[in-house]
Amino acid sequence: MQKSRFHFLGQSWLFWLSLILIFLLAQWVLMPRLSEFRKTAWVIFPSIMAIICLGLNLIYGFNGQFSLGQWGFYGIGAYAAALVTYHWAGRVSYLIKGIVVQLPPLLQKLIPMAQIELFHFDAGRSAVLLFALLFGALLAAVISLGFGYIVLLRLGSDYFGIATLGFTIMVQVLIINSDQVIPETKGARGMIGIPQMTSFFWAFLFLILAIVVMRNILYSSVGRAIMSVREDEVAAQAMGINTLKYKTISFVIGSFFAGLAGGLYAHLYAFLSPGYFSFVRSFDPMIIIVFGGLGNMTGTILATFLWAITLEGMRIWLPQGFEAWRFVVYPIVLLLMMLLRPQGLMGRYEVGFLRAPKWPLRAAAQAEVKPQVAPAAAGNPQSEEEKLS
Amino acid sequence: MQSILNRIVLFLRTRWYVALIGLLLLVWLAIRFRENPVLFAQFMVDGIRLGFVYALIALGYTMVYGIVRLINFAHGDIFMVGAFTAFYATTHYHWGFLPAMLLAMVVCAFLAVTIERVAYKPLREAPRIAALITAIGVSFFLEYFTALDFVFTPNFISYTPLPIKFKCGDIAGVTFSNIMLIIIAVSTSFLVLLWYIVYRTKLGKAMRATAWDKPTARLMGIDVDLVITFTFAIGAALAGAGGMLYVVVYPQIRTFLGVMPGLKAFIAAVFGGIGSIPGAFVGSLIIGMVETLSQGYLSSTLRDAIVFSILIIVLLFRPTGLFGEAAKEKA
Repeated sequence: MQKSRFHFLGQSWLFWLSLILIFLLAQWVLMPRLSEFRKTAWVIFPSIMAIICLGLNLIYGFNGQFSLGQWGFYGIGAYAAALVTYHWAGRVSYLIKGIVVQLPPLLQKLIPMAQIELFHFDAGRSAVLLFALLFGALLAAVISLGFGYIVLLRLGSDYFGIATLGFTIMVQVLIINSDQVIPETKGARGMIGIPQMTSFFWAFLFLILAIVVMRNILYSSVGRAIMSVREDEVAAQAMGINTLKYKTISFVIGSFFAGLAGGLYAHLYAFLSPGYFSFVRSFDPMIIIVFGGLGNMTGTILATFLWAITLEGMRIWLPQGFEAWRFVVYPIVLLLMMLLRPQGLMGRYEVGFLRAPKWPLRAAAQAEVKPQVAPAAAGNPQSEEEKLS
Repeated sequence: MQSILNRIVLFLRTRWYVALIGLLLLVWLAIRFRENPVLFAQFMVDGIRLGFVYALIALGYTMVYGIVRLINFAHGDIFMVGAFTAFYATTHYHWGFLPAMLLAMVVCAFLAVTIERVAYKPLREAPRIAALITAIGVSFFLEYFTALDFVFTPNFISYTPLPIKFKCGDIAGVTFSNIMLIIIAVSTSFLVLLWYIVYRTKLGKAMRATAWDKPTARLMGIDVDLVITFTFAIGAALAGAGGMLYVVVYPQIRTFLGVMPGLKAFIAAVFGGIGSIPGAFVGSLIIGMVETLSQGYLSSTLRDAIVFSILIIVLLFRPTGLFGEAAKEKA
């Protein structure tokens, strides 16, 4: 069998090596050259946004369920994680520091408790952050399980979108009124006093985790079932696939990602405002995944960064006195994009590691028959376009 | 008679929980009515006033969705443009109430036709999501372009002086204003006109045929593009009239004015069964009343959450809304 020229790109050691290289380059070359504002707006925030968009792509791009509820789960995750760290970050950090100080000096040196300059690492605080992120994400996932199961059972297509849009609005209204129950959130005034802990390291780490988890789900049997629901629900059911189950699975995983991203966002600016979680913003992830191409991970990630860099960059690039034109230029770009490239930025192209893996059976078959062009998991492009339309 | 009775019995046997919830709701409303009948009636009247304004917007959503299956998110912003047109016509150029309303309707219709030609028509064969994203883009464009300093400015503008003198009288303690009567009169006449157009003219027949099956309608010699353009124009004209009435009731104008009423009207259209004209009207009245009643009796800050939870519950029991036809939903 003749190996393709770029076959090595599909190998995972290369993926991990390139990730480490990208991280180190970004950490040591890119970040010191950016101002504090651009660092968050151009690198860290889009990494967080990419997690949400990957989740939405799983729900809409791969499973075909038109959901606008991603922003609501993002809000739930943000507030839940913020409440955890608000109460515990300081206490646990001091507790662990206190324990370490009482240890014998030799042990003290072994424990990497001292602040490592590179990541501003503090084990106590980081543990609380991890716990908070997990808590927020799990809360979002549990709520999405209940909501998704009830709603997905009955509603499809546009009506599901409307119900999830309603969910986003309800979450915002509840956040505004939450100070009657939980005074720390401060309701409409916005939550303050959240420790600022999300660094590039954390955002990048979770983005990579999200990518790997997504990729491994999609190219497993669960992923093939999820995609079959998008292609043709009736045919999938006829093949013995429990469509409701796979719709719920993808909805819950997508919401888990949204909750995780919410936790990261809460600790990025150390301030949460309910206005940020308004339904108008819930179109942003939808716009991004359509930009990047539905059912395309590479495109989603690329589009998130392009979107964030363009939107924030326009503050700088637009001439003096034209800053208010930012959101006038943006829709025009959107319109042109939709007119010229409705299939998205990347179309169906996936970068090496994210492509459907070549499993041994196929490789054996390819040795005899001439190589096929379309990967099996991507499905028939024609029927796909019909379904999405 | 027998069949209706049978259907009621069947409903009670299969969907007894719906009947129970409805009964509890009625009891709750009756208790509130007993407490203070005048206040209750006042809330109902306010709800009807709001509902009639929503109806004018919701009709545009429902007609456009019925024909091109597009959730036209820019509709709320066309409503805003209508409000601003009427505001400038009455305050800066001293037009009367009716001429200003006609101007707003004409401006909105032209705007909608332009948007349809420039943004939606090239995407008619593209995936539906592309048209939806375009609609969101058009909505952003209208909001932020009109917020520029040389257009409408991003500030809140208060509508003074109003084009009609505000008068109110009360019948048995319930306050009626002349504005409310005007709203009901204008909305009702537009509704009757719309009903006449859709169900009694050739164009209306063409519209219904296009909504039912576009390719077949085209085969029957209907100019589908013209019908779609006309639908957008009618919907936008109604939204323009609604915009003027809305700002006369709530005289605070801003370029983001259309977002919330637009969304509420959309919800009303979904509630009544999107694609259905009587459904949009009934849904708007219900949403208007639910809004004022929940604001008055439950919580003013939780109002939107209540409205949306009711929407979701209704969708769960009747997935295509109150008047929607299940068979018509495609995709």
